[in-house]
Amino acid sequence: MHEVDMTKCLILSIEEWAEKKNKKKIVVEKINLKIGEFTCVEPISLINTFNAAVLGSWLDSSEIKIETIPFEGKCSKCNRLYFPKKENGYKSPCCNFNLEEIISGRELKIASIDFKEK
Amino acid sequence: MILKKSRNLVSRIKKYFQVKMHLPISDKIELNILHQNSHQAEKNKVKFNNFNLLCLNIMSSPGAGKTRLLEITLEDLSKKFQSAVLEGDMTTNLDAARLEKLNIPVVPITTGRACHLDANMVSGGLKLLEKKINPDLLDILLVENVGNLVCPAEFEIGEHFKIALLSITEGEDKPLKYPIMFREADLILITKVDLLPHLNFDINELKSNIASTNPKADVIEISSITKSGFDLWQDWISKKILKFKNN
Repeated sequence: MHEVDMTKCLILSIEEWAEKKNKKKIVVEKINLKIGEFTCVEPISLINTFNAAVLGSWLDSSEIKIETIPFEGKCSKCNRLYFPKKENGYKSPCCNFNLEEIISGRELKIASIDFKEK
Repeated sequence: MILKKSRNLVSRIKKYFQVKMHLPISDKIELNILHQNSHQAEKNKVKFNNFNLLCLNIMSSPGAGKTRLLEITLEDLSKKFQSAVLEGDMTTNLDAARLEKLNIPVVPITTGRACHLDANMVSGGLKLLEKKINPDLLDILLVENVGNLVCPAEFEIGEHFKIALLSITEGEDKPLKYPIMFREADLILITKVDLLPHLNFDINELKSNIASTNPKADVIEISSITKSGFDLWQDWISKKILKFKNN
């Protein structure tokens, strides 16, 4: 359900960006997002919510493209990078250490926007 | 210098042809999706800091004991520190009504369909609180979030610390199943520990799962029935308030 509020935030950010570009003179084609695996976002839900929210608006023809960023941690004992798994309690497979440092996977980003000028 | 100039020129020529030929232009943004919320959360935090007011965001699943925790905590805490509560609930003011009996300023925030508080709601709640009391007189603001282990974890409200409650009736595996909530928390309160003798529950396994998800979090076992652990929890809050005030 929080995807609805995330979509609201996303649309507000796109609106803010578009105002700087002169909104009336552009057509947004694609919004490229980077979503980490270690977030509370379900990509399909976010896409569906966005599509429903922009129906009939100036963003109606735009689409969301999501790049999933893997969840990667760093072993605090030997500094090796690893992909934490909940089955293993997110511990490092090399030294069985608790997950202290997250390298990637917490991203919730608008990476770029593809648009055309009218 | 020459290289930079020629790069700019290439970029401008490329853009010219993209516009002329109606090709899509890609604008790199690298902005947080929740930027609008984070921006408001930062504004809230500045306000809290200007009021010299420590703000705690209290989160858990429904029924973990947030409101009861606040009732007991505020009985003692409000004798030492000027306290106020923003009480988030989806559809009723029932929890706010319980806390108002303690004669402290309470502002209910009914979220409607939203399953979490966001920074705008807290900003609105703070404005209503300002009508009840001058925030300069307050030491601590406790924000009880909507009962949910997923959504509140991603929405900053401008808090200084996040507290997550986990009742033992929920099971040992919850930190692994809802890792973002427990990863984000500064303090995890294990509640309803008076039920331990009656349940087939391994508290050491729970603690191990908490340590796996968030090795840096403080952990306190607490019971609203026997009041065990409340001395540690009150001590934790008092230290945070005093440290905040001295900074």
